Amino acid sequence: MGDTTNAQPLLQVENLRVEFPTRRGTLVAVDDISFHIDEGEVLGVVGESGAGKSLTGAAIIGLLEPPGRVASGQIIFDGARIDNIGYEKIRRLRGNQIAMIFQDPLTSLNPLITVGRQLTETIRTHVSVDERAARERAIELLNEVGIPAAERRVDQYPHQFSGGMRQRVVIALALAANPRLIIADEPTTALDVSIQAQIITLLKRLCKEHGTAVMLVTHDMGVIAETADRVAVMYAGRIVEVGPVQDVIRHAQHPYTHGLMNSIPVVRHDVEQLKQIDGAMPRLTDIPSGCAFNPRCPKVFEYCRDARPELVDVGATRAACWLYDDTRRAGDTT
Amino acid sequence: MNKNDVLVRLTGIGKDFDVSPPLLNRLMERQDKVLLKAVDNLSIDIPKGKTFSLVGESGCGKSTVARLTVGLYRPSRGSIVYDAIDMATLKTQAQIEPVRKRMQMIFQDPYASLNPRWRVSDIIAEPIRAHKLISGKSAIDQRVAELLVQVGLAAVDRVKFPHEFSGGQRQRIARALASQPEFLICDEPTSALDVSVQAQILNLMKELQRQFALTYLFISHDLAVVYHISDFVGVMYLGRLVEWSDKRTLFQRPWHPYTRMLLDAIPDIEMSGRQRIPVAGEVPNPIHPPSGCHFHPRCPYANDRCRNEVPAPIQKDESNVACHAVQEQRLPDVAVTGEPADVTTSG
Ligand SMILES: Nc1ncnc2c1ncn2[C@@H]1O[C@H](COP(=O)(O)OP(=O)(O)OP(=O)(O)O)[C@@H](O)[C@H]1O
Ligand SMILES: Nc1ncnc2c1ncn2[C@@H]1O[C@H](COP(=O)(O)OP(=O)(O)OP(=O)(O)O)[C@@H](O)[C@H]1O
Ligand code: SF4
Ligand code: SF4
Ligand SMILES: [Mg+2]
Ligand SMILES: [Mg+2]
Repeated sequence: MGDTTNAQPLLQVENLRVEFPTRRGTLVAVDDISFHIDEGEVLGVVGESGAGKSLTGAAIIGLLEPPGRVASGQIIFDGARIDNIGYEKIRRLRGNQIAMIFQDPLTSLNPLITVGRQLTETIRTHVSVDERAARERAIELLNEVGIPAAERRVDQYPHQFSGGMRQRVVIALALAANPRLIIADEPTTALDVSIQAQIITLLKRLCKEHGTAVMLVTHDMGVIAETADRVAVMYAGRIVEVGPVQDVIRHAQHPYTHGLMNSIPVVRHDVEQLKQIDGAMPRLTDIPSGCAFNPRCPKVFEYCRDARPELVDVGATRAACWLYDDTRRAGDTT
Repeated sequence: MNKNDVLVRLTGIGKDFDVSPPLLNRLMERQDKVLLKAVDNLSIDIPKGKTFSLVGESGCGKSTVARLTVGLYRPSRGSIVYDAIDMATLKTQAQIEPVRKRMQMIFQDPYASLNPRWRVSDIIAEPIRAHKLISGKSAIDQRVAELLVQVGLAAVDRVKFPHEFSGGQRQRIARALASQPEFLICDEPTSALDVSVQAQILNLMKELQRQFALTYLFISHDLAVVYHISDFVGVMYLGRLVEWSDKRTLFQRPWHPYTRMLLDAIPDIEMSGRQRIPVAGEVPNPIHPPSGCHFHPRCPYANDRCRNEVPAPIQKDESNVACHAVQEQRLPDVAVTGEPADVTTSG
């Protein structure tokens, strides 16, 4: 690969906005977000349920379900825009270069077809090999994701696998085409720590050896801590903080990130109650004005309700919070 | 443990699944029936008002234990005694019904349990109607409203559809509470939640437990969550319980070599530089599990006895462990103490 410092990122998302037109007006689910992922890099994406993480992933690979649509912005993959290309082209890209691992393993597996068939079909649509070679590759992939007795398991149906095993099958399916970008939406959520460690090792190896880029959507900060190079924190359709993973975890700047970090239980740490951020993320129909986090923010001040903060450099990360704008804070009395 | 304090007692339960190829192939290829022992000779006592958690690798049989406990599966062997009632003696629907409604399951799969076409009120009222707990529309409405408030939602939410507001897991808990159960079986109840909602749900579950003296069988692969919520923890490996004790003992002074490996594999969120040690070796094939102690191919302490003889559980200090090396006293004691520091800067 050589020097990558001035190479362009593999994926670049610029001012992406995803909307849902409804009878009562337009809902903005992803609101003007920008980020990039380099070759061989893992970008972690975290944030509360409904923050827009999955929609961002779906928008990138052209899988937004109508009436959802990309209202503005650009998605650039390997130097070319992919948000305005035709259905056939994006479908081909999705098969060959960009793979998606979904949150719900059941949506990706056909319950009526053996795991082996599903794998060999995927393999054969991407690589021209005969049935026998495809089957061998399928078994190899199942081994790679840690399915024991793959030679026998390959002929079983999804319901004969445990929850965690099904998810590993889904991951094997995604790897079948040797993609350059993997969008993994909660890929290890249903897995226990030891399998998680295996999958993470596998993802990391792909990044290193094949330069595969990964957008890793998860709420598991442990997984993020170990896998991601950088992490983006989303709240109500916006990126509120982004930076190198160490800095975001250890020195969170945005009050939301901070609350998130503090609500994680820790082994051998006895507490009666976990610290929780009270309330819930707003629904799309009533996103508060100004900073969307303001009704739940312990550091809220007057200005927060009036105008929306943009991402600015704060220490080693970038955060969207008025606390870091001295001119605004000066007007505050607290 | 005092016998009277035990709400649920599983004794030597087992569950086999038939994973044979279709009969015709089997006859033609002269193969025997193939059984997968998903749960093998497992015994636990779950004390009233406490939380007992099961941990272990994917496929080790945790969900199967949960399903056996609520009666979704019939055990192939062993007995399940619920509050001094032997479940095997209940034959008719009329006998089973009153016991079944005392326990409720909250499932692992977040997409399975809420019907998107039903309003929240119907979803929550369904068990009330099914068990004929309350009659009359207004009485049921009132109960639904009460349940919603109990789980931290608003009474007005009852007219909504499940997807119209966040808090799916709260809706599921409200539904589970509808029949006023005393025993909740929670199979990965927070694994699909983000950490901030997870904290709220765990706090809610603890609060409900205090308020209604609920007993929990809790399953999670997140050991930090298990540490937080549990009183007792059992570690499963390939269908068998290999170690169990109160949670502090288990996390601070683990004895079984597998327990120790599991604890070493906990993700390091502090990034203190400690290298996470993935559990070594291949996950064995549950259809043909290793002889003797199932863990022997991955265990650094394995010897010939381990390969031949199934270890029986013994008491070791405060813990119960099924391991020959522990029984032979050839395993070093490794107490893990000390609390980790806060993960973020304070503020
Ligand atoms: N078809 C739709 N119509 C209207 N709103 C929708 C639709 N699909 C998604 N949304 C909304 O868009 C927002 C973002 O959804 P998204 O699935 O991206 O969240 P997420 O961050 O992935 O959450 P989770 O952690 O729960 O997976 C949510 O508020 C959701 O309710
Ligand atoms: N209906 C079934 N038919 C055949 N085998 C089954 C069935 N249900 C479960 N199994 C097998 O039994 C074993 C235990 O499965 P179980 O779902 O209890 O595991 P688990 O510990 O809950 O795993 P996970 O953490 O992945 O949910 C696995 O090997 C699984 O493949
Ligand atoms: S802008 Fe204000 S409300 Fe928003 S996170 Fe910062 S301090 Fe809190
Ligand atoms: S019985 Fe033997 S193989 Fe099994 S855990 Fe103990 S030492 Fe290891
Ligand atoms: Mg999502
Ligand atoms: Mg399970």
